[in-house]
Amino acid sequence: MKHLISTRDFTTDTAIAILDTAIDMVDVRSRDVKKLPTLRGKTVANVFFEDSTRTRLSFEAAALALSADVTTFTTQGSSVSKGESLKDTLQTLEAMGADFIVLRHSHSGVATTVANNNWVDAHIINAGDGTHEHPTQALLDAFTIRSRLRGDDARGKDLAGISVVIVGDILHSRVARSNALLLKTLGATVTLAAPRTLLPREIEGWDATVVSTLDEAIETKPDVVMTLRVQKERMTSGFFPSESEFSALWGMNHSRLSRLPSTSIVMHPGPMNRGLEISGSVADSPQSTVTEQVANGVALRMAVLYTLMGDSR
Amino acid sequence: MTILIRGAALLGKETADILIDGDTIRDIGSLTASADRVIDAHGLIALPGLVDLHAHLREPGGEGSETILSGSRAAAAGGFTTVHAMANTSPVADTAELVELVAERGRHAGYVQVRPIGAVTRNLAGEQLADIGGMAHSAAAVTVFSDDGKCVGDSLVMRRALEYVATFDGVIAQHAQDPRLAIDGVVNEGRVSSELGLRGWPRVAEESIIARDVLLAEYVGARLHICHVSTAGSVDVIRWAKKRGISVTAEVTPHHLLLTDDRALAYDPVYKVNPPLRTSEDVEELRRAVADGTIDIVATDHAPHANSTKDCTWHDASFGMVGLESALSVVQHALVDTGHIGWIDVARVLSVTPAEIGRVDGYASPLTVGCPANITLVDPARSESWSTSRLHGGSTNSPFVGFTLPGHVMSTIFRGIETVSDGTLVAPELVRNA
Repeated sequence: MKHLISTRDFTTDTAIAILDTAIDMVDVRSRDVKKLPTLRGKTVANVFFEDSTRTRLSFEAAALALSADVTTFTTQGSSVSKGESLKDTLQTLEAMGADFIVLRHSHSGVATTVANNNWVDAHIINAGDGTHEHPTQALLDAFTIRSRLRGDDARGKDLAGISVVIVGDILHSRVARSNALLLKTLGATVTLAAPRTLLPREIEGWDATVVSTLDEAIETKPDVVMTLRVQKERMTSGFFPSESEFSALWGMNHSRLSRLPSTSIVMHPGPMNRGLEISGSVADSPQSTVTEQVANGVALRMAVLYTLMGDSR
Repeated sequence: MTILIRGAALLGKETADILIDGDTIRDIGSLTASADRVIDAHGLIALPGLVDLHAHLREPGGEGSETILSGSRAAAAGGFTTVHAMANTSPVADTAELVELVAERGRHAGYVQVRPIGAVTRNLAGEQLADIGGMAHSAAAVTVFSDDGKCVGDSLVMRRALEYVATFDGVIAQHAQDPRLAIDGVVNEGRVSSELGLRGWPRVAEESIIARDVLLAEYVGARLHICHVSTAGSVDVIRWAKKRGISVTAEVTPHHLLLTDDRALAYDPVYKVNPPLRTSEDVEELRRAVADGTIDIVATDHAPHANSTKDCTWHDASFGMVGLESALSVVQHALVDTGHIGWIDVARVLSVTPAEIGRVDGYASPLTVGCPANITLVDPARSESWSTSRLHGGSTNSPFVGFTLPGHVMSTIFRGIETVSDGTLVAPELVRNA
């Protein structure tokens, strides 16, 4: 594939291949010389129309580890407000020599539109588009699940038989959307737990089980509980009544953790609202993969750059 | 000037000749008369000149996407002889001066009769009534009032507007969209919005306003017209209201009769429209509703937009599609060729009834001796891949480019003047000087 826009673009085999490449990248990062020359002379442009320090730094570390040059373009809101269209901005950046454009935007569909219209020749990597998708996050989550639950035998494996609960604001979460798709592609079973106000409509096609509360999901002893960041403005706009009620019904806390098997893991894409969707004790527990996800993010993004580099179609 | 049309199938039925003298149909039958101009119409269907109750001609203020002249040319190319121009121009058509200006520019262009629609509320703000009496009594004699683009959302304002407009035998054309329920919605709420992560525009936002407004219309005894009905649930509400005797009429656009929301799956903004494209179940019900008369007319909601607001992201793109040129072809494709309606019904939904709702003279008895010579000749057998070469307005945001559509307008005659001749749009100076 030339671009990475959606986890929908993956077959089981192509997804596993990227996860396997990421294992090699983890190895590279544990060596004395933590770099590969793969992208020497290539430029990766991080183009962030929405603030996200962690994702930007993760892509930057990945690009540098592959010896690429990195340029960064960040702006609050789009430069459309200055009269320049997204198309013009991207063409300008490409004219400055970008081979890869890592694109983050607050509007859903922007990466798709850029890739479909051939506004630029560069490889497009979707680093999060509105409430649509965040495919590299889903890949690094799948990588983290596979590493934890398959251990040293992970290479070449899918996620068949693994049960994953995604809990919280599914409606507005690009992480949930990308994960639900990719986890199914990799053979996992997915359960969504959320209030009806935070569930998208007509999602039969997602092939996920839907339950109302997190307790219902915990009773099934899932292998993975994936918590999501809750934007606080969802409360003021009436999606749920209060933080305490959200936390009581959909927050991952110690009591719920204690009812899970000791082999189960708890995930969060960060940044966390400690005490809302995840309690501090859970976040810091050995079953939490929060920091591991961050570390795996760099290796996984190296694998993505490496894979796209080898395919220009 | 006399024109003799030879051998056209009148409303798709019996073949006859039509003699036009000046701006009037002089004779119909098997004619031996000679004429200044003879049109061989064998194989063509003669329809009354089409009447659009809902078009955005953008002038004044939006001349970058359309002008009254360019929109009139698009209309003539599509077989129209009367077009209602929506009020959401800049400035808004909420005064007598402005509607007179629009009507006068339409007269000057000469391709069609341009009937201005007046705003319901001042500056479309939904608060204070616009100069409704002034517009009704102006030289433009406005009969249709609409805040289209925006819904008259406030229930009390809508009640007063219905009552006040009824004073002048006018009608309110409501853009049914509960502003809170549909807030920031950009695509039909359902499977597609969930997949795309786009804010959904729920069907209930349309249906609840229609339910409220038919009850208001009944209560105050006023006429109500519903713009661009897009859902099966709306059809149910309107069917119920008509059965109850409420004075409500409704329109559907050609695009809602053909396209569904999964067109949005690639985020191509040419399919971004308000109300949004719905599901195939909605499309089927809308077609049935035209056939059974629940939906009275087809209106284009012709909404030209400059390329810069369509060659962009879904979020940044404007809502709307051009539709004047393609309307008759889409109606043939979606309704006639599927067996839902015949050509007599096409004349009803695209000419007689829209004229009746808008109180436009001269369309009540189509293709009869003595009535104004507004005639459209269409070749129903000609089927072509739709391309931008078929467009004659100021913008090219047609969702049908690449579709194979039947029907080609070979002649449009507006008050005895050919605006389309042998399938070709006539030049502005020839139309003006005719």
